[in-house]
Amino acid sequence: MLTCAASIFGIVLLIATELVLRSQMSWHKFGLSFFYKFNIDPDTHLPVFWDPVGGTFYALPFLYGTLVTSLVALVIAVPLAIGVAIFLTEMCPKFLRGPLAFTTELLAAIPSVVYGLWAIFVLVPLLREQVNPLLVSVFSFPPLVKAFGWTGLVGANGIFGGDNYGLGFLAAGVILAVMILPIISSLTREVMNAVPNSQREAVLALGATRWEMIRMGVLRNARIGIVGSVILGLGRALGETMAVAMVIGGRPEISKSLLSLGNSMASVVANEFSEASDDLYLSALIEIGLALFIVTIIVNALARVLVWAVTRGTPARVQ
Amino acid sequence: MGVGIEVTNLNAWYGANHTLQDINLPIPANHATALIGPSGCGKSTFVRCLNRMHETNPIARVTGSVRIGDIDIYADASPVEIRRRVGMVFQRPNPFPTMSIYDNVCSGLKLNGFSNRKALDEIVERSLRDAALWDEVKDDLKKKSGASLSGGQQQRMCIARALAVDPEVLLMDEPASALDPVSTSKIEDLIFQLKTQYTIVIVTHNMQQAARVAEKTGFFLNGRMVEFDSTHKIFTNPSDKRTEDYITGRFG
Amino acid sequence: MVTTRKKPNRVRSAMRTAADHLATGLAILATILVIAPLVAIFIYLVYKGTSSLNLAFFTQVPKPVGEAGGGMANAIGGSAVLLGIASLLGVPIGIGGGIYLAEFGRGTRLANAIRFTADVLNGVPSIVMGIAIYSLIVVPQHHFSAFSGGVALGVMMIPTVTRTTEEMLLMVPHSVREAALGLGVPNWRSVMSITLKTASPGVITGCMLAFARVAGETAPLIFTAFGNQFWSASLNQPIAALPLQIYVYAISPYDEWHRLAWAGALVLIVLIVFAVSLVRYVASRGILKGAS
Repeated sequence: MLTCAASIFGIVLLIATELVLRSQMSWHKFGLSFFYKFNIDPDTHLPVFWDPVGGTFYALPFLYGTLVTSLVALVIAVPLAIGVAIFLTEMCPKFLRGPLAFTTELLAAIPSVVYGLWAIFVLVPLLREQVNPLLVSVFSFPPLVKAFGWTGLVGANGIFGGDNYGLGFLAAGVILAVMILPIISSLTREVMNAVPNSQREAVLALGATRWEMIRMGVLRNARIGIVGSVILGLGRALGETMAVAMVIGGRPEISKSLLSLGNSMASVVANEFSEASDDLYLSALIEIGLALFIVTIIVNALARVLVWAVTRGTPARVQ
Repeated sequence: MGVGIEVTNLNAWYGANHTLQDINLPIPANHATALIGPSGCGKSTFVRCLNRMHETNPIARVTGSVRIGDIDIYADASPVEIRRRVGMVFQRPNPFPTMSIYDNVCSGLKLNGFSNRKALDEIVERSLRDAALWDEVKDDLKKKSGASLSGGQQQRMCIARALAVDPEVLLMDEPASALDPVSTSKIEDLIFQLKTQYTIVIVTHNMQQAARVAEKTGFFLNGRMVEFDSTHKIFTNPSDKRTEDYITGRFG
Repeated sequence: MVTTRKKPNRVRSAMRTAADHLATGLAILATILVIAPLVAIFIYLVYKGTSSLNLAFFTQVPKPVGEAGGGMANAIGGSAVLLGIASLLGVPIGIGGGIYLAEFGRGTRLANAIRFTADVLNGVPSIVMGIAIYSLIVVPQHHFSAFSGGVALGVMMIPTVTRTTEEMLLMVPHSVREAALGLGVPNWRSVMSITLKTASPGVITGCMLAFARVAGETAPLIFTAFGNQFWSASLNQPIAALPLQIYVYAISPYDEWHRLAWAGALVLIVLIVFAVSLVRYVASRGILKGAS
């Protein structure tokens, strides 16, 4: 029995050793600059990060892609998830609670590849034809450009500039948001439920409206746990592979625009692993995998500590 | 100054459970009124009907009228307004753990829009003095969290918190039952002081406590109010046999 | 002296009430915005999937590109093989680990460390697991195989099964254990025969949950099982898997393959929803009928 349980340590060690071993080649060649350097193309004078043919392997675009898509996902998912959690915990009539909670949990059960499939054939065309043109026109609105052009976020070179393929950072961010929503929501519900009723009564007895009671009596007490659940959602977003791989566009590019095609750490590994023709290529990809491994371990550990601090016990089977 | 409470034909249900039956009760202003009775007799439910906390339970229902001053609290006002004017102290102290002592005491005020620092400082000091806690915490107001105090101190802080919004009535649901004897006697002394400014209703299962602090006492049994009279009379010469049985310890 | 005993400011009261209504409205809006895409996804899936689903889907292997028809029989069979291997690896080790955490190591720092590590491991991206197994098994063997894919999935099951087994065992009340010990049964026997048996419905549902989760995993299979256009039941050959096939078909340019991808997605979803619903049903009925 002990060996079975200790195998968990063994697994972690195994993953770590294999990743470290196989990324040695790339690490020796590029060192830490793997994560931030780039070459300059002599013809176009543009930066070149990732060129398997020429032997250039710098991972900055993938770090960027992972960060941007995760950020977009958080911006969309966190308010919605917390809103749902508040509704289900404090406002929802009892008979609706079960079915609605079940529905949001079903969202968590859908495999990544199915989300990706739906994203390719429904979300991307929707973005390309309806949403993105709208965003582009809003962000190119002349008075807006005049007032905020200095930030570099609006206008033709802003965050909704450039070509509109439907694929890209925005599409990946949106489908990621859908995928991390259930985790954030159900954990937030758990930490909110862990707040004792005596706190709610204390606020109500002072003459508070329901929203004031939620704000002061529940959210305030649960805020550490809520932060934890957001971080857990971030952890999931960082490592999400298939759905992102299917809609992000697969180009090793860094661009301000959310409509631009790009790539993320997890999806570049998924997409290019089988094509990796030489050992250096493979080693570089594995080094990206190692970086991903370390980052997700840190983020997830942090999240678990925060959630446990509030619920003081084992969280229910969420994942 | 406190106001009087007039309860007429009050009935309360939890779902199908008829918890309070035909309660009629005049609670005098600026006095302390004690409610005694065995466990489950409905005295806590009654008190929660006075500040409309009873209805926070989705299966709760109330009929009848409760007039505080000249307002029928069910017909003429919203629960939010009533709960500001009728303060409540609970059986177990429930300070807000994420707030300092200062923030705890003025939490009710902030809800009502008070932001003037000087005014808040004054009210916090006055409330803590009224709750006999000022001297013990005046140096740590903003440094210590509300939950870091001892049980007795927490309860007095909850009393200060309730007093800060200047209610007319103060409801206390077994406020000392979770506390040690020293804290209990401090709270009883407190009630003595407070009843000159507020109307106090205190639920207690401790008959000696009722005898010590209250001018009037009501005896509840099985959801009905059996007898309501001056404390002295209830404890020395009760009119109803059931009251006498309870007082002498034959049951409950 | 400042007094607050005045009539509350009408404007302020109205604003507070308005804020309360606004908050309620926003919360409801958020719920709708969350439920709506889910419903949309499901409806679209069912619509697209059922129109593509026919008997051939379950019985035939894919036809060459350009030809209509064909199915995903090999992928379904492949998934079954992979999940079989995974369960053989993940379930016993996971249950063993859960038993240790609940019964023998309870409260020890080692157990706490294991529990924490299991939760963190659950969050590691599945593609990283795939790389590790690739490195461990595929490279030395010089070929992709069903075996490596099954191992990857099995290893992913271990943390989940361990934690749910521990949780279920912890829910068995003390009275049950004490009854066994009182009969003079030595500890490990009592654990195995009585406690585990009492908790078995819960433990089984925990295994089902882990099973459903890895059934939909694609990333770890890309470079272990690798996929296969044909039937294969050999453990040493690359093998097809349902989610993997869906992925390959989805990103391909052929309409016929897209059709198959939708059908496959529907089958996958139905299986997973069934598993999750079953888990919920068992959980809500009270897992430990025998103990109370």
